Amino acid sequence: MSAAMTNEKTGNAPRGAGKKQIDRLLLTIIGYVFISLLAIVCIIPFLLIISSSLTEEAKIVENGFQLIPTAFSVEAYTLLFKYPAQMLKAYGVTIAVTALGTLAGLFLTAMTAYVLQRKDFKWRNKFSFFFFFTTLFSGGLVPWYLMIVNYLDLKDRLIVLILPMLLNVFYIIVMKSFMSSIPEAITESAKIDGAGDFRIFIQLILPLSKPALATIGLFIALAYWNDWYNALLFISNENLMPLQYYLYKMLGNMDGMRKAMVSSGAVVTMNIPTESLKMAMTIVATGPILLAYPFIQRYFVQGLTIGAVKG
Amino acid sequence: MNRHGFLGDVRKNKTLLLMLIPAVLFFILFAYVPMAGIVLAFKQFNYGGGIFGSPWNGLDNFRFFFESGNAWMVTRNTALYNIAFIIVNNVLQIAAAILLFEAVGKWFRKISQTVMFLPYFISWVVVGAIAYNLFNYDVGTLNSILTAFGLERIDIYNTPSYWPFILVLVSAWKALGYGSVMYLAAITGIDTEMYEAAEIDGANVFERIFHITIPNLYPTIIILVLLAVGNIFRGDFGMFYNMVGNNGLLFSSTDVIDTFVFRSLTTSNEIGLSAAAGFYQSVLGFATILLANYAVRKYDKDHALF
Repeated sequence: MSAAMTNEKTGNAPRGAGKKQIDRLLLTIIGYVFISLLAIVCIIPFLLIISSSLTEEAKIVENGFQLIPTAFSVEAYTLLFKYPAQMLKAYGVTIAVTALGTLAGLFLTAMTAYVLQRKDFKWRNKFSFFFFFTTLFSGGLVPWYLMIVNYLDLKDRLIVLILPMLLNVFYIIVMKSFMSSIPEAITESAKIDGAGDFRIFIQLILPLSKPALATIGLFIALAYWNDWYNALLFISNENLMPLQYYLYKMLGNMDGMRKAMVSSGAVVTMNIPTESLKMAMTIVATGPILLAYPFIQRYFVQGLTIGAVKG
Repeated sequence: MNRHGFLGDVRKNKTLLLMLIPAVLFFILFAYVPMAGIVLAFKQFNYGGGIFGSPWNGLDNFRFFFESGNAWMVTRNTALYNIAFIIVNNVLQIAAAILLFEAVGKWFRKISQTVMFLPYFISWVVVGAIAYNLFNYDVGTLNSILTAFGLERIDIYNTPSYWPFILVLVSAWKALGYGSVMYLAAITGIDTEMYEAAEIDGANVFERIFHITIPNLYPTIIILVLLAVGNIFRGDFGMFYNMVGNNGLLFSSTDVIDTFVFRSLTTSNEIGLSAAAGFYQSVLGFATILLANYAVRKYDKDHALF
């Protein structure tokens, strides 16, 4: 109140600074309460999954999932790491797909974007429209599916998890707008020195595009890591299941889970803690993302804000 | 005019054209050939004939789609869900962004923003696992809480009427971090002089928010909302499929065009019907996106898609 009094004396707050301070306090309270609530709602599901994965199976069957484990047990994790064959295979597939897809996708995105932003490239608008139009109109799921299965014959091949997601028009646009901020003089002077377009792209433009490459690379990598859709459509071979699809299968049926544990080496008659195991699998499949995202989120923020500006 | 004509241009741009070939091939294979494959909607598909060799059957597929009543149901569900998502998500994201900017301290902002961003990073499969943990009849957390208080269990996976609320909440939950970051960026870009002027005029914080912050966000809001409206007939397949799956009991309130198309193709193997529904969605989607873009153009030329 004393601050308010002095303010009133100086007379530059016509409405009364005391009232203003109360308003500020009110907003601060609303802000902390509302944001805390949202943050809690965002994190509680993950705590629930962790807690459930660490609860004794018998207690889950008796009382259901709970936020705080009533009987602590690492049984599910022990089982998962004792017979990890299937899970490791799925991890292997996801890591391979994410690594190859991100490298190839990022390179092609950058190369395409570089050409499209070259102001001396005669057909740049025509090609830009050729790519962009695919975001407006599509043939729908069926022809796309038949193209991949019947014409390209990619069903049950590892490459079907990479190829359909290789390029994304939105990323090309973001990359293009980043690259147009690189001074044109760089390309010009390299051309005078006799460098070819491809060499200019590789040796000059790529190194200068590192921030955009990091951001878009992470978007691509996240999409590959989290992909289950292509596997749902095109993969039936258990050895080619990526992590998310494997998790999807396991959540869907307990028999499938039992079979997976058995084919990983568990004994058929063993009593498998299905509920806690489902939750443990979810944690193991999400783990790397949960650990990495606090450090990489700023790149996503960058990407989102570039995207927001450029639409 | 170029002296060498078209071939001269090609020669001059040889390397650049070569560099475009992979992307051009990609979009021909995965976008343009399937676009031509849209003729399937008017055909009786058989595997021998493939997309282009199967016999025509006129509008039979469409007749089947519309007369079964499915067309209206999935169209209505898709549009209503998207409208609800647009309203709820944007209101929450804007409120969160304003409060993050105006009301809380730096450390709290950083930490809560990181926490709210978490759902953005996980796959829909994991969201499905979370839904299972919360809503399962026998072991779900919600029922654990209800029984602990001596209340009746609720059978969420067999009751369609709960699902509109659940799906709207889930969508808001997943998009909150992403959207509030975007709006926060827009707020940060507002000219601080306006705030200083308001301060001198004696405006309180609420007046500041309602007379400066929100009006300054209108362009961003209008553009984001219009673009979202353009996609109003595109359902989020990942969300609906992982939350509901093939649980037919819930379809009356959860089936969207995308899940219908998927099921017709993979489960019931009605390829013609699926292609017709897909065609219907593509045309509807194309028309709405053109309309939305026209609206954006009228409002602010720079932000139009094309």
